[in-house]
Amino acid sequence: MNRLKSGEVNLGTSIMAVQFDKGVVIGADSRTTTGSYIANRVTDKLTHVHDRIYCCRSGSAADTQAVADIVHYYLQLYTQSHGSSPPVSVAAGVFQDICYENKDGLSAGIIVAGWDKEVGPSVYNIPVGGGLFRQPWAIGGSGSTYVYGYCDATYQEGWGRDETVNFVKNTLSLAMSRDGSSGGVIRMCVITEDGVERLFVPGDQLPKFWEGREVLSASVKKSLALAPMAIE
Amino acid sequence: MTSIGTGYDLSASTYSPDGRIFQVEYANKAVENSGTAIGLRVKDGVVLAVEKLVHSKLLVPGANRRIQTIDRHIGMASAGLLADGRKISQLAREEGSKIRKMWREPLTVKALSDRISLGAQAYTLYSSVRPFGVSTIFGGVDKSGPSLYIVEPSGVCLGYHGAAVGKGRQLAKTELEKLKLSELSMREAVMEAARIIYLVHDDNKEKEFELEMTWVGDESNDLHLPVPDDLLEEAKSRAKAALETFE
Amino acid sequence: MDHFPTNWGRPRNDAFDAYATHPIHQRPYNGPKDTFADGVQRTQQPIVTGTSVLAIKYKDGVMMAADNLASYGSLARFKDVQRLHQVGNYTVIGAGGDMSDFQYIQYILEELSVEEISAQDGHELGPVEIHEYMSQVMYARRSKMNPLWNSLLIAGFKDGKRFLSFVDLLGTTYTASTLATGYGAYIAQPLLRKAVEGREDIITEEEARKILEDSMRVLFYRDARSLNKFQIATISSAGVSISDSMQLDTTWSFAEDIRGYGAQTQ
Repeated sequence: MNRLKSGEVNLGTSIMAVQFDKGVVIGADSRTTTGSYIANRVTDKLTHVHDRIYCCRSGSAADTQAVADIVHYYLQLYTQSHGSSPPVSVAAGVFQDICYENKDGLSAGIIVAGWDKEVGPSVYNIPVGGGLFRQPWAIGGSGSTYVYGYCDATYQEGWGRDETVNFVKNTLSLAMSRDGSSGGVIRMCVITEDGVERLFVPGDQLPKFWEGREVLSASVKKSLALAPMAIE
Repeated sequence: MTSIGTGYDLSASTYSPDGRIFQVEYANKAVENSGTAIGLRVKDGVVLAVEKLVHSKLLVPGANRRIQTIDRHIGMASAGLLADGRKISQLAREEGSKIRKMWREPLTVKALSDRISLGAQAYTLYSSVRPFGVSTIFGGVDKSGPSLYIVEPSGVCLGYHGAAVGKGRQLAKTELEKLKLSELSMREAVMEAARIIYLVHDDNKEKEFELEMTWVGDESNDLHLPVPDDLLEEAKSRAKAALETFE
Repeated sequence: MDHFPTNWGRPRNDAFDAYATHPIHQRPYNGPKDTFADGVQRTQQPIVTGTSVLAIKYKDGVMMAADNLASYGSLARFKDVQRLHQVGNYTVIGAGGDMSDFQYIQYILEELSVEEISAQDGHELGPVEIHEYMSQVMYARRSKMNPLWNSLLIAGFKDGKRFLSFVDLLGTTYTASTLATGYGAYIAQPLLRKAVEGREDIITEEEARKILEDSMRVLFYRDARSLNKFQIATISSAGVSISDSMQLDTTWSFAEDIRGYGAQTQ
């Protein structure tokens, strides 16, 4: 089924959030496409919804922006009426409510992450359809399918900030290199009790992994051509 | 009653020249005519107790409850017009459901009583309606711990350590002030609550009464439940004994 | 100017064929399109899904099992999901199908429970009431052409009686001493029937546990959307208990000596 409306701008994305002892690290690529055309190569998919709560957006740009704006409004309302900041669980709950109630009209896969005084750091995944799943780490978007194995093999509990940032950076770089709908730069946020720190990795300084054998010119190739093995 | 005959007391939408709303004050009279209701916010929970006056011997024991449950962990005791109390509890359950749906987290006593107070206040604005003839004590345990609030007919909503409304509230408040509420256990609070209700009950004016008592906190696994029968009986007999030494 | 040749020299009215040119040629439509035409016509389908749920009656009550997987198509996306849910003091509801709809069902049952508790009339919700409620909800939703995409098993023990029933997205209901949803209805149900039918009052808790575990193992071998991590709920006069997640023991060593697919021996 085609979940996008015709001509719609898509965040065919790689997004991620990981919880660590003192906070969460969230990250995303920066590519926005319409079909195979890159409509924006420096998109910011890490969206503020409250002081210590952010979301990573994937799916339709229009849908996820509209949903994030509504949640932002709700969380301001919560702050005013309760006299305290909303827990991450409440933010995730409001996201889920909107995504579930409008599942027929929305294409939105959202990761909600942040820090609150009740439970500390937490990460929630709200995939298309509007389910709500709490996870120690979450990945999403089209690029994520290429890196589930890497994440399962690499993630360990008990990491600190720097190890977590590296994990996010490496995972996103791998996803962006294999997924045509992801790419550009890596944007990350470290959210702790003390504040939100923005991190940036330019598109020409991404961590590098195996990128295929070097492509050599024809003349060099000839001299390297395999000779039959000598038999004694 | 200086208000009578002045014409300023006929509607809740009319102030008197000195800035009072007589209909709200009359609503408070309805509360004062009712049996006392108290609430104790203690170390590990909340205890609600009501002096339920029995107007007729024909009534089934336990009929016309004045303490009601709003959510698993929140209870409510009212003093005033019984039927108004039931309307408040219905509103509270509806508002509770709305708040739960909106925020997907357990209801807090503060959020609930705040919302109810807005509704009560709205009924002090219009000539077409009558202010609620009840003062309501909301008690429960939520993420901020034990909490206790009163919503008055005026729409005022305030938090308390110890709450008392109804006929005997003055004496009950005096007794509550003597207690170190934040150091009491729920079981101790049950004994004190029973003693206070028996103390404020006026044998000469009123005939029969039933002691209605619920609690919510550690002892009840954070559920709003009636105090167990054996404990209630013990509290009653100790209250009666204390009454004799008091006099 | 109409730039499409198929539109040239044609009668003005497609519906009325004034020149008797049967069959009327269908012209391509080049007028404005409603951008949201696709959007408004979409009907739902399950997205994040759970697979089978199994349940059997035994001597002391009812036992239910479900694995911990929520799939996203063929992707094993969430591996720590609980698909058995306690309602009130006497009932467990287990779900296969769409997990967001199951979370919604949990929400409406919580609202129902709060309503029931605050009535304080001495009545408590039992498995029979919850079964009836769910069957009405599921049928009402399918009648609005907007079903809750689940197969549910409802198991309980109240007033000395065992209860076990099935409700699905169409509002279909039935009861039996063994039940299974999804793939389990094909693979596990025959095994469960063989092990349980006629022995409902004899099977001990340990035996029941083994029957379910064996069936879960077969399902893990044969259901490509299953997981070897699962939970068991027991409902008896002692109340409801849902176990921690358990790992299935599986056997593979026999495969070591298999060569080729026929006559091959090395």
